[in-house]
Amino acid sequence: MQFDLLINAIIAGLMLGAFYAAVTAGISISFGMLDIVNIAHPGFIILGSYIAYIVNSRLGIDPIVVAVLALPVFYALGALVYGIYFQSFEKRGQDSLRGLAFFFGLLFVTEVMLILVFGVDYRSVTTTYVGGSINIGPMEFPLRMLVPAVVSLGMFAALQLYMSRTFIGRAVMAVSQDPQALELMAVDPTRIKRIAFSLSMATCAMAGAFLIVIQPVLPSSGREYIGRVFAICVLGGLGSLPGTLIAALLIGVIESIATTFYGPSWAPAVSFGLLLLTLAVRPSGLLGR
Amino acid sequence: MRTPLFTLILSAIAAALYLSFRFIDNDYLFFAGYVVLQYVVIATAWNVLGGYCGYVNFGSAGFFAIGVYSTIFFYNIGQSPGDVFPEFLLGPMQWIFPLPLPVLILLGGVFAGLVGLGMGYLTLRLRGVFFAIATLALAVVLETFIVNWPFVGGSRGAYVIPPEKIAVFGTFIQYLFVLMLILAVGSLVAARLVERSRLGVGFATIRDDELAAEASGVPTLRLKLVATVLSGALFGMAGAPFPFYIGYVEPGSAFNLSYAVNAIAMPMIGGTTSWIGPMVGALILSTLQQVVTVTISSAVNLLITGLLLIGFVILAPNGLVGLWQGWTARRNKS
Repeated sequence: MQFDLLINAIIAGLMLGAFYAAVTAGISISFGMLDIVNIAHPGFIILGSYIAYIVNSRLGIDPIVVAVLALPVFYALGALVYGIYFQSFEKRGQDSLRGLAFFFGLLFVTEVMLILVFGVDYRSVTTTYVGGSINIGPMEFPLRMLVPAVVSLGMFAALQLYMSRTFIGRAVMAVSQDPQALELMAVDPTRIKRIAFSLSMATCAMAGAFLIVIQPVLPSSGREYIGRVFAICVLGGLGSLPGTLIAALLIGVIESIATTFYGPSWAPAVSFGLLLLTLAVRPSGLLGR
Repeated sequence: MRTPLFTLILSAIAAALYLSFRFIDNDYLFFAGYVVLQYVVIATAWNVLGGYCGYVNFGSAGFFAIGVYSTIFFYNIGQSPGDVFPEFLLGPMQWIFPLPLPVLILLGGVFAGLVGLGMGYLTLRLRGVFFAIATLALAVVLETFIVNWPFVGGSRGAYVIPPEKIAVFGTFIQYLFVLMLILAVGSLVAARLVERSRLGVGFATIRDDELAAEASGVPTLRLKLVATVLSGALFGMAGAPFPFYIGYVEPGSAFNLSYAVNAIAMPMIGGTTSWIGPMVGALILSTLQQVVTVTISSAVNLLITGLLLIGFVILAPNGLVGLWQGWTARRNKS
């Protein structure tokens, strides 16, 4: 049944895409809005996965609940990282080359630390819904995909509301356009950037929990997400959350179809190919500024 | 110092190094020395683009692997020319193949340089950050292609069996060591030459203010393409002898992230503005890694590299060379 296969590939792709949206949301804020190229983001997502794994295996708490509890920790971590970044690079005006190297080093150190502590075995979590699925006619919704996808969409909606409705959210949008004008309005751009960067880091806790629910995780799992998140972020148009969501769903579906019909070994090339294509043809993305 | 004299001195140092290793006559020295020299070439290659032009390349492992896999490709053809070429070509091809290692190194350089050209053409018209992200993507795309290409071993990997003995040098590892020594001297001379030529001045204007350079008539795109090609070719040449060194290559080892990290960490720790920095960084860091790998573990050695990279980037933005210059300047004043 070729048609059933296609329908299910699209459904799986949409759920995968919703998850990618959660993974990319943080990058969309830090890279898209603040111009901070945080390549260490996927590394922190894996850190989130491992925190969910430890608490889950010791206390048996649901990984997504753990992630919600871990949000303040990641928020504080984000404030710390931004503090270092601001003091060492942004203030001195050498944020491009050395800032990139800084985050690259951070990504690498996070990964190696996880390897040293947990080894290079796959880790996974146990929840009540990991094995089950809902079937509607020929369509199959595995709960291990559906639950993260739904929570992820909820988180994304909350983030979008926060960015467009609250004062601080609007200030974040403003700081990406004109930090000087913001200063004239008696708002400290550094403080706004710190809040936004911490928020972007907090999304790592959630995305990490989703990831470990969906699939077992290795310390090096973050690498395959580096290109993917930037592909989604660029394709969606930098700094546009709705654009990010559309791009994430699109890449999820294309990847899922490629996996179903051509085999999983080709899947990583899909998003990277799209990234190169986007950069070459339309660097401003789908909903670019 | 003029370039011929510089080349002569560097070659003399290299020859002295080889002869003293030969005198000690311990194969392990050659094995470890090969890796250190390989990193001198890699760090220099990265610095041509990253240090001189200010464009960060995260895909070093990809360029390195192009060199590795070009060697495997031609080696596999050499193993069974009958399967690859039609009847009438077989005669001359059997005379050409198997290709000698220096030719393989040149071929690896050519392929990696071509990929660098294509890559640069696609992304260098955009902001620098996009180039950095695209290079990350490139490494993964290349790895996917290699994994899905059975002729070069796919995900199973490929074996390359080096001959046991070779004329003049004795063991094969000595031959590899000498080749890498020549490559290291060559790349340092090339980097120094570029740095002091009109080309180097053009690169520096791009690094400092690309918009202003463009406005004053510097052909920025063409210069950046020259830099990516040169840098890519050096990476490829560093990778080409690798299969003969290691004997068995699989995508995970050829595309190892540690190449990308080391390629950035070494110039950053040494200092990115001149040819000395990457050399010093590579010699120190790579020797340290060899020691730590043997005495502690290979995971710890990567951790040290990462921490050193972060530490230097924050505390000593101009690397060891910058620290040294600052120190001598202060001493002269007092």
